[in-house]
Amino acid sequence: MKSFSDWIRQPGLLNAVPVGLFLLVGFAGPLVLVLLYSFMPPKTFTLNQVPTLENYLSVVTQSYYISFGWSLMLAVITVALLLVITYPIAYGMTKLFNRWATLITILVALPLLISENIRLFGWVLLLLKNGVIDGSLQYLLGVSLSGLLYTVPAVVLGLVYVYLPFMLFPLVIGMSMVPDSLKEAASDLGASRLQIFWEVELPLSMPGILIGSLLVFILSLGSLAESKILGGQVIVMIADDIESAFTFAQNWPKGSVLSVLLITLSLVIIFFLFRNIDLDRLVGRR
Amino acid sequence: MKSLLQRKVVRALIVVWTLTVLLFLYMPMMAVVMASFTKQRYFRFPVNAWDTRWYEKAFESLSVRDLFWTSFSVALLVTILSVVLAFFGALAFARYDWKGRKMYQRIILLPIFFPQAVLGLALLLWFSSLGITTSWHTAVFAHMIWILPIVTLIMSIQVYSFDPVWEEAAYDLGASRLQVLREITLPILSPGIISGAVFAFLLSWGNFPLSLFTTGADQTIPEWLYSKMVSGYTPMVPTLGSLTMGGAAGFLLIAFLIVLAVRRLRAGKPD
Repeated sequence: MKSFSDWIRQPGLLNAVPVGLFLLVGFAGPLVLVLLYSFMPPKTFTLNQVPTLENYLSVVTQSYYISFGWSLMLAVITVALLLVITYPIAYGMTKLFNRWATLITILVALPLLISENIRLFGWVLLLLKNGVIDGSLQYLLGVSLSGLLYTVPAVVLGLVYVYLPFMLFPLVIGMSMVPDSLKEAASDLGASRLQIFWEVELPLSMPGILIGSLLVFILSLGSLAESKILGGQVIVMIADDIESAFTFAQNWPKGSVLSVLLITLSLVIIFFLFRNIDLDRLVGRR
Repeated sequence: MKSLLQRKVVRALIVVWTLTVLLFLYMPMMAVVMASFTKQRYFRFPVNAWDTRWYEKAFESLSVRDLFWTSFSVALLVTILSVVLAFFGALAFARYDWKGRKMYQRIILLPIFFPQAVLGLALLLWFSSLGITTSWHTAVFAHMIWILPIVTLIMSIQVYSFDPVWEEAAYDLGASRLQVLREITLPILSPGIISGAVFAFLLSWGNFPLSLFTTGADQTIPEWLYSKMVSGYTPMVPTLGSLTMGGAAGFLLIAFLIVLAVRRLRAGKPD
């Protein structure tokens, strides 16, 4: 790079300008605003007040750790469950299904194009008292299972359901990077199946596992619809608290503080994620 | 011999498990469609009476028509604007090697993984601080923050496989910049542009967390569904839900057929 004027004339940079400007105005701008508001006195609607740490202190001393705790815990549970659920499928897709793998990819991806609201509502119908599951059990066995909806497991089910593709696809990419020859070599050298799994397959597909886990973790952490639709009032997740601070309570600075905390946590994870992926390789398969 | 049997059993188990999970993915949507055809006001299973009257009501209702047009207008504008901007964005992402590209690629990805509800609220704050009244126009802007990066990423996949040699050859043969764009770059990148447009439309059509905070007095279908799910349930919820899913499926089918037709047309045309 010789000088600024050379740098600014790069054709790549010029092409990046429209998207870059758009994200500057629509993404960076609002986030900076939220950060600024988090230092304003409670319940103010302008930025010309004296900055204060009052909101941060009140958030720490009040019971917000409960909703943060729920969100963190549910995110961890969702990640763990999805790892167990999707690992065999990813294995099948990379090693067994051959041609069918494309069809399965499409079938798993298609629901992403349907509003998550509608899909979660489908679970309401399944779990409802006298709904599909309860109704079938009553009809077939005469037992009733009416307390399924509006429970913590129902929320976990919703999270697992909605974010499944975000775990499966990175796992498939990660696993397709493990060459079969390595496993054969290990087997020839006398390793057992379990040993091959622990010492060859798992470490080599780790990037995929890591990317999938971190993705699902941040997505579940910031989720709103699952706990509202399937959880009813049983738990409050952090996005819920942020929403009520901004809307019902009309306390922008408090909502901003909670957002800043959630955003910081997510950003730390995202940067960790970025250190582990090479986009040119992942997207372009170069 | 034993290990061969074992392998077969494991294989069968994985196949059964995959099919179970696929069923798990589609079960809720089937339940919604089933509920939309029931006669009762409140859903009960097993269903004892079927009816299509909720569909008749939905087609007659003026408010449903409003919801539809709001969702459709938002999705259409988001699609057009995103595709145009993402075209250049994808070239910067994958075609050119430039100082700052790695940074740019990462910045593009940030909004995709950002909690959408929080993004929606931050945008609400942003609009009201700038004195902009929220309506479906602001929702178009909000959707694009999330969808434009996704479309850029999708188009980039196509751009990666694009060989700049074609462009250079055209220039050497005396083509102008505009001619190269029209005759070379756009046709080669068209599959990426079409799939980007399809994703943009459907993701906007179904988006809920961003719309919730940025549409103001206007309402999209997913927002309406949510408000009725949380309070004031009506049997129109499964009906409208099924109609939106049907709309998405129809859109996807039409897009697929267009791609197929274009491909056939091109194959038949001698170059």
